[in-house]
Formats: sequence, structure tokens, C-alpha cells
Amino acid sequence: MLQMNHIMKIYGNGVVANEDVSLELRRGEIHALLGENGAGKSTLMKVLFGIEMPDQGEILLKGAPVTIRSPQNAISLGIGMVHQHFMLVPSLTVAENIILGVTPKKGLFIDRDKALSAAEGIAREYNFDIDVRQRVEEIPVGIKQKVEILKALYRGAEILILDEPTAVLTPQETDELFVQLVQLKKKGHTIIFISHKLDEIKKICDRATIMRNGRSMGTYEVADITTQEMSKLMVGREVSLQFEKNACRLSDQVLLRVRNLTVHNSQGVLKIDDISFDVKGGEILGIAGVEGNGQTELVDALTGLNKKYRGEISVKGKDIRPLSIAQIRDLSLAHIPEDRMASGCAGNLSIRENLFSNQYRSPEFSGKQFLKMKAIERRSDELIQEYKIKCSSRRQNVAMLSGGNIQKVIVAREFSTDPDIIIANQPTRGIDVGAAEFIRQRLLAFRDAGCAVILVSADLTEIFSLSDRLAVMYKGKFAGFFTDVANVSEEELGQHMLGIKKAEVLEGVVYE
Amino acid sequence: MWEAILSPDFFSSMLRTATPILFATLGAGIAAKAGITNMALEGIMLFSALFGVIFSSLTQSAWLGLLITVVIGGLMGLILAFIVLNLKTDEILAAVAINLMATGGTVLIMVAFSGDRGVSSSIRSVSAPMVVIPFIEQIPFIGKVISGQNVLTWLALLAVLVLHLFLYRTPLGLSIRAVGENKNAAESVGISSRRIQYIALILSGALASAGGFYLSGGYMNMFTKDMSSGRGFIALAASSMGGNTPVGGLLVSLLFGVAQAFANIMQLLSLMPYEIILMVPYLTTLVGLGVYYYTQKKRKERLSGK
Repeated sequence: MLQMNHIMKIYGNGVVANEDVSLELRRGEIHALLGENGAGKSTLMKVLFGIEMPDQGEILLKGAPVTIRSPQNAISLGIGMVHQHFMLVPSLTVAENIILGVTPKKGLFIDRDKALSAAEGIAREYNFDIDVRQRVEEIPVGIKQKVEILKALYRGAEILILDEPTAVLTPQETDELFVQLVQLKKKGHTIIFISHKLDEIKKICDRATIMRNGRSMGTYEVADITTQEMSKLMVGREVSLQFEKNACRLSDQVLLRVRNLTVHNSQGVLKIDDISFDVKGGEILGIAGVEGNGQTELVDALTGLNKKYRGEISVKGKDIRPLSIAQIRDLSLAHIPEDRMASGCAGNLSIRENLFSNQYRSPEFSGKQFLKMKAIERRSDELIQEYKIKCSSRRQNVAMLSGGNIQKVIVAREFSTDPDIIIANQPTRGIDVGAAEFIRQRLLAFRDAGCAVILVSADLTEIFSLSDRLAVMYKGKFAGFFTDVANVSEEELGQHMLGIKKAEVLEGVVYE
Repeated sequence: MWEAILSPDFFSSMLRTATPILFATLGAGIAAKAGITNMALEGIMLFSALFGVIFSSLTQSAWLGLLITVVIGGLMGLILAFIVLNLKTDEILAAVAINLMATGGTVLIMVAFSGDRGVSSSIRSVSAPMVVIPFIEQIPFIGKVISGQNVLTWLALLAVLVLHLFLYRTPLGLSIRAVGENKNAAESVGISSRRIQYIALILSGALASAGGFYLSGGYMNMFTKDMSSGRGFIALAASSMGGNTPVGGLLVSLLFGVAQAFANIMQLLSLMPYEIILMVPYLTTLVGLGVYYYTQKKRKERLSGK
């Protein structure tokens, strides 16, 4: 049906997103595309849907080579895509959304009867139980997704790409979706199912192509491969990092204490489900897990960004709920945020201004009315030198720097207050090896100096080599907890990350 | 006072003062539906008020004058679209530039044409005619309200109907609404959002210019400096309060008509200082916007609570 051969895609910033990836689809199959975040699944699908052009490689549709330049191009070739973020117009009805852009006309006007009957017709043909007269803003997420699928089918999609379709669905909605996908398959449609949930793939997919680090790890018949084997192919550890890591010297004081933490997101979905743990000075607690299993929510609660939680969080014995973020920081807590551009820095301000943005109230840098510019400049120069931030001057805008140097600015700022507790969320994501190495060494140095560190990372190598204790998050819970990190195998970790194995008792999570 | 309010004159003055605001409100609405705040309405109205006088004088025909003015209004919408969509200027900044240009530019052009700095009374222009409807005129109360209105008032009401059909019944109208609400969704099904926004801004400029024409060729018979006096901005508020729909815009414009007619009566009866009465339309705008955004907030809360 479709072949993508030797696809290579290198982005403008030099990131190799796809390297010699091949994918082959048979008519009437549900084909899983499996891999961690950043493994290159999305890029491959963007190439197929005409959003990105490949640098190398060819696409054959029904045996004939095709060039797909735009989504419109892809649609006309019978390829449809259901994005994770729905492409729907809320105030229009379901029917209007389905016919948008291919509107039936009667004279100057829209042929409303025809539009309604066409929308109803396609819903009936595929057994989708939808009232097409409803406005999209009034229907639940599960139905919105069905509308997206119908939209693609109405435009004649034979190949349907579903990008993590179950991420936004309740279990009941997921079951319903699966019934419908199987029906589509029986009608001869080919479905690409992007996911990292192995149980779902086992349930409905025929074959699976597994990706890791921008490469294909092969295509397998789902029936012939165990979830363990899949997780091993998907996670897999790269060469281990070599660190001079001193033995862990724990202090007596529990610096961070979390009890029965429960968080719901703004849609009311349970994101953290009754977690308790302690961190003492002198150790690094690693938190692993596939993204979206509650890590972001955990960090938001710990740093005071989100106060809508149940349970208790205390820093140095003080309940942080009534405290402002500044007051929490005054307890000597530092936070390296997950998204450096969105919440880590002010891109259009200079390096200097960013470097002291967490200390401008301190008497060291601020007089009664004016900032002490000399002290600030001296300090900025020191930090730029100490953290080897590559820049033309301290006045340069942070956004002009490379990702690694932006991250160094943030890390320098956070570490310059000499914190007792560091919450580092993806501190080395997407930056060059040298900068990453530097940041890891710093984290270890703080640990040796008696600081409590929480390290949330998708980079398993990093987690393995830095953590003294290791928690694995799955669906808002700790699915595994290890105090002896050196003896954890990557297979075991992968199985906990993907929810295949769940620890019944978590030993050593709290110090009591 | 009640006598004055319940008189046919009151309602007739309401329609008369609502007309320019209604045109501009429709213009604001169609731009907003396509996702653009057209703050240049004020400047477009002011230019159009002057061009109306000039071209109806040159052609000695109100209709030709109106036609030329509306075409130029459309062109001004096109220029705004080019600045915003092609040159990627902030839509508010571009509008401020057009509005300032109108303030100075109209005086400059007027001086060049007539030598006058304040009013264009020396230009012999032709106003749009009034419509006297023979039979209805005889009906006691209603006759006086409906008959004898300017032809542009009727055109404005007709525009509400046409625009409503256009937005909600034609494929192009559907595309405009889709682009305004979710540009990505519209583009993902092959609608060119740029093309749609161009069309919406051209229509927006044309509608506002009809309102401007009315100011100097219906409401009054000459151009005076700064005669749009904030109506373009009031229209933005009015359109927003009416949910940016043509029918909603009509209702809110009539509300402003009432406020203005009320102010006129107060002035006649001198119940209040003149300066306070002058504030009435602007106060109505403020209060109206407050009420509108409060109800919108409640509605959103209800929808997300579902």
C-alpha cells in the first residue's frame, strides 16, 4: 500500500530527527508506530503528511513514487491525519466542521440539506453515533476525536494517521475508539497508530514499527513479540556515562517531605495519585517515566507553581502551601524548569538581567531605589566565566544563544544562590554533550556538598548514572522504586515505565 | 421629559444617529469574524466623510459619490490588510497610523479643495435623498418614524440582512468564521486564511466608509474636521457586545441610537450640564462592555463546567 524508504530528516538546528527510517504499510492493517518522546515518530509522520520535506529517501504509494508537498497534497492522495490537538472550529456544528473547505453549494448559498445528509451519511456508513447538528464546543473530547476521523474519511482518506489518539481519552472512550478502528480496518482502511502504550498496541495492532533515537529498530508482527521485547527495543540503554561518583553521604535532615500528594489537572483528570516520599541532603532522587505520567504536575506542586493539590509538601519542615513562590525559593530551593524558553528565562532580556532575576531583591544587588549595577555586572561576569557561557557580551539577549548556553544561564542563575534543594526537570534535554556533561557534574557536586536533588529526566543514561535512589512514575503513581540503582537492569526499568510491572510495596521511599 | 421620549421624533432620531454606527459596527463585525480587530474604522470613516462630500460634488450625484467613496473604503481595507498580512505589522499599530493619517490628511485635502480649515461648507455637494413612503407616512406614530428617513438608513438595515445571509449561509461566510476561530483548522482543510482575511478587511472598509459617507451626506450636509468623533471606536465596542454578529450589531447600534437620542432631549430640556450629556455615548460604551464581558465570562464558565 505505502512504502517510505530510507527517510532522512535533519532539522535546521542540526538535530537528526530521522536517520534511514523505512516504513511499509499493508492495505487493511493497523500498524503501530512505537517509540519514546523524541524518538522521531512525529517527524516521520510529518514527512508522510507533507508538513516536512525529507532530506533523503522516497515515498511509494501503491507502488508509484510520490512527492508530498503539503497536507492538501497528502489529503488528495488519500492520506488523513488526526492530530493530537484537534483541528476543529468550536462554534461550528459537527456537520459544518466535516464539510468545511469542501462545502456543497446551491446557487450562492451552502446547500444545508446536502451538507447535513452528507455528514449523517458518512457517520452512518462507519457506524459513528454522532448528532451532526451539535456544536463542537458542546461535545466531549471523545466525540471530537470521532469528528476528526470522520473529517478525514469524508475527504477520502484510505490511510489514516492517528497521533497518540488515546492520550486524551477515558478508558471507556478508548474501548469505543478501538471498536471503530477495527471496523475501519475491515472496510479496507489502513491505520497508523502512534503510541507508547504497549497494552493498547497488543490489543488492536497487527504489526509494529519500533523507533529509537531517530532510527527504526525494525517492524514486527505484534503477535510474535512480547511486550518485554518491545519495551527493550524501545527504551534500550546507550553506552553508560562514566562518572567519578563519590559514595553517598546522607545528612540526617529530611529536606523535602511529601505525603499523600494527589493532583487533578484543570480538566479534573487525576494526574498524581497519592504519592509519598522523602529526600535527604546529600542524595539525588531520580524520577524516570514516559512523559505525561505526572512528572510535570509533581514538579509544579513541589515548586509552588500549582497549589491545587491534596496532601502535604514540606520543605525543611515547613508546609509550603501557604507560601508564595518567592518564599519557597527563600527556603533555599532552586528550580530548573522543564521548558527553558517558556518558563526558564526571559528570552528578550539580556544574559545579565536573566542571571540575577531571582536575586534582584537581595541587598547585595539592590539599594533602596536603584539596582546596584556594578555589583550585578561583576557577578554576571563571574557567572559567565564560571559556567563557560558562550556569548558576545553580558548584554546579549538570552534568546540569541544556543540551547545549551541558554540552559547554562538558567543553571548558573539557579545554582548561584547556593541552594539546599534543587529540583531539576529535564536539565540536559536537547543540549550539546559538553554542556550536558557540565550540568551533570554540577548536580553531583551539589549532592556531595549536602544538597538534596530531585532529577526528573527522560534520559535514562543520565538517570542511571546520577541517581542514588530511583522512582519510576506510571499513571501518576510510583510503579517502581529502587534504592540500589546500580543493580537495576534497563529491561526492568522499561517494564516499570510502561506499566507492565508494578511494584506492590515501595521500600525505602520514606525515611521513617 | 417622558413626553419627549415617547414622541415619534425620539425614535426617528434614534434611527438617524444609529445609522453611521451600524455601518461601522457591521464592518467591525466581519473583520472580527475573520480574526482581525479593525481599529482603523475610525480613520476610514473620517476619510470617507470627506471623500463623500468631494466626490458627490464633483459628480453632482449622491449615488456616484457613495459608490466612489465605498470603493475607496474597500481600498483602505485592502491597504490595511496588506500592511497587517503581508508586511506583518501589528494590526493595532497599523490602524493607529491610518487613524492619525486621517486626522491630518482630511484637513490637508480639505484645504487643498476649498481653502477652508474647519468646515467644507463652500463645497457644493449633493446629499443622499430621504425616503418618503406615501402610505405609511399617513399612519399616525409609525409613519413619522419610518418615513422620511435617509436612504442610507434603509441601506444599513438591508446590509444587516445581506451580511447575515453572507456569513451564515454561504461557503465564503463559513470560511470566514472558521478562519477567525481556528486558523490552523481552516488551513488544514485547504482554506487560505490570508485570502479570507483580505476579503473580510475589504468588506469591513467598504461598510465603514458607507457610515462615513452618511455623516457628511445624510446626517449633515457638509464635512467638518474630526466629524467621526470616535464612532469607529464605539463601533468596535458595539460589535463586540453584539457578539460580532450582524443582528447583534444592529441591536447594540440601536441602543447607542437611544443613548444619543436621549442625550439630544436632555440637551433640549437642559436638564443637565451640556458637558455631561456629551459623555452619554461613551458612558454607554463602557457600561455595555462591562456587562458584555461579564456575561461572556459566565458563559465560558458554564461551557467548561460541562
